[in-house]
Amino acid sequence: MVEFVSGPLVWIAFVGFFGGLLYRFVTMAKLAKRERVVIPTLSAKYGLRSLAHWVLPFGGASTRKRPLFTLVSFAFHVCLIVTPLFVMGHTVLFQQAWGVRWWSLPDGVADVMTLIVIFGAVFFMVRRLVKPEVRNVSYPSDFVIALLVAAPFATGFIAAQQWLPYRTMIIIHAFTGALWLLAIPWTRLVHMLWFPFTRAYMGSEFGAVRHSRDW
Amino acid sequence: MADLEDMKVIDPGVDDNIAKLTPERIERTINRVLTEEAAARLQVYLDTCVHCGLCAESCQSYISRDKDPDFAPVAKVKDTLWEMVRREGKVDGEFLHNAARIAFLECGACRRCSMYCPFGIDISYMIMTVRRILNLLGVVPQYLQDTTNSHAATMNQMWVQQDDWIDTLMWQEEDARAELAGTRIPLDREGADIMYSVIGPEPKILAQLIANMAIIFKVVGADWTMPSTDGWDNSNMAMYSGDFETMGRVERLHWERAAELRVKRVVMGECGHAYRGAVYDGPRWLGWTKPPIPMVHAVEYYYEIIKSGRLKIARKIEEPVTVQDPCNIVRGRGLHDKLRYVVNAICSDFRDMEPHDEHNYCCQAGGGLINCGPPWKRSRMKSNRIKAEQIHDTGAHLVITPCHNCHSGIEDIIGFYKLGCHVSFISELLVKTIEMPEA
Repeated sequence: MVEFVSGPLVWIAFVGFFGGLLYRFVTMAKLAKRERVVIPTLSAKYGLRSLAHWVLPFGGASTRKRPLFTLVSFAFHVCLIVTPLFVMGHTVLFQQAWGVRWWSLPDGVADVMTLIVIFGAVFFMVRRLVKPEVRNVSYPSDFVIALLVAAPFATGFIAAQQWLPYRTMIIIHAFTGALWLLAIPWTRLVHMLWFPFTRAYMGSEFGAVRHSRDW
Repeated sequence: MADLEDMKVIDPGVDDNIAKLTPERIERTINRVLTEEAAARLQVYLDTCVHCGLCAESCQSYISRDKDPDFAPVAKVKDTLWEMVRREGKVDGEFLHNAARIAFLECGACRRCSMYCPFGIDISYMIMTVRRILNLLGVVPQYLQDTTNSHAATMNQMWVQQDDWIDTLMWQEEDARAELAGTRIPLDREGADIMYSVIGPEPKILAQLIANMAIIFKVVGADWTMPSTDGWDNSNMAMYSGDFETMGRVERLHWERAAELRVKRVVMGECGHAYRGAVYDGPRWLGWTKPPIPMVHAVEYYYEIIKSGRLKIARKIEEPVTVQDPCNIVRGRGLHDKLRYVVNAICSDFRDMEPHDEHNYCCQAGGGLINCGPPWKRSRMKSNRIKAEQIHDTGAHLVITPCHNCHSGIEDIIGFYKLGCHVSFISELLVKTIEMPEA
């Protein structure tokens, strides 16, 4: 089983993840051509200007009004992307499989970053329950998605700490991780793919067409 | 929970027409718009929204209604478009009544929420898609539909007939000449620098604004003209009722008239939605990325002539004033700094509202809201208490509104909340304050 999860399953997850994203991108690009003004409106200058304001913490006026949410959200997303790419357990596997070596995070740092992701997911779920304007638009799927994102981090953390049988945890960890990657193109997690485009489009409209700022 | 009093408002344009619909027609129409008219933008926006609710506090109706979650922008989309998608168009009359109330009355398409959504999702575009569906079902508030009918039949918003139009211009020319000798309203002068266009309500109910502009043009020695025939009206309520075919006809004619007159640019009166229709929504529907001839909003023009010294201010308004930033020329054109330059040039005690500039709150009248008429006025007022508080906090006696919808909307708010202020267009203040040449 461990051979399966560290071999074929990784391939299934990666092919499904990148293939899914590519499929979504190509079909959406075709659909975008049907709207005669979408592509001509996109402007690199204004699109990037808007993106720059929104990928930096507190770059948007509304993010400054909610400092706690902004901090948690940025920390969550940074750790979510960086940790799986650079945690020692993964870099070793990449090296064994493909012979590529890259920099890896010290264990203690990776632990903290993992906990930040788990904390962030819990924070988002609690927020969904306690804030009326968020609860009103929350569906069961929103909680499932948050759990799906937190699951590989929680299982990976438990495995690393060896609190439970290591091999079992690693297998669960690999399955939840694969499920997470495979879900991205087909759930609201696809905001990972669309975010730069929606933001750049709104930035282009505000900047190039409307001569104003969208942050 | 939305206010029950507002939920019960009866509008023949909405309720009588819903009664005529069949479930098949509802389903077919919704699915046609969702799959054939809308494309990538709608799909991406539906996919990307993570239901975070961060847009809530951007909206004046949510704030004004004590943070009622049903008035958050995302909730307005949830209760309309998301449900239409989820139920694959199988929705009933009660649902459509509520969808019409939300789409036509509780969202002014001001786009403030797009500045609060981290993804920049164009929530007002989704609400406009709902309006489009309702329009194709014939479910549009009666008063708003009447203005659209007028556009379709007369190519102006207020059923102004050809002879009335020319007669009004001649009457205004006469009035303007009483103020400043030699003032003219030149009609159909080919090759003039400027074509001046106005919205339908100006000749109908606010004709003196045309005389004001004629005086300003005379003072600065502008080479200008107005069209004598259809195409003079730059307003576009069809854009807001979801009748995009009529919107396209109105915009095309306006630009064709300007092209026929071979003018270098079009200067338009103090109106926000007309700017949006002519520069943005109209061209977009017609498949143009921008208008064929440059369009200059009155605020931009005033700035240009005051800054360059062509228009000299002889005296200043001394009472405390504030200014309503019209969404469609601030978030829609970034004219807030120029607006403040003009206001400061003619007023000695200017006080800004908080927040202002691109972060202003909508007047809850634009976006076709005020055009839905008296049945909905109370609900409209309740949804903009925050604007009354903003105005009150400035201590101003005069609210300057360089937009017709803002002008009427703020006037309503002042009356409803008993603020005791008055409202004014900039041109009304300019004719009182500028240095007139010796006759």
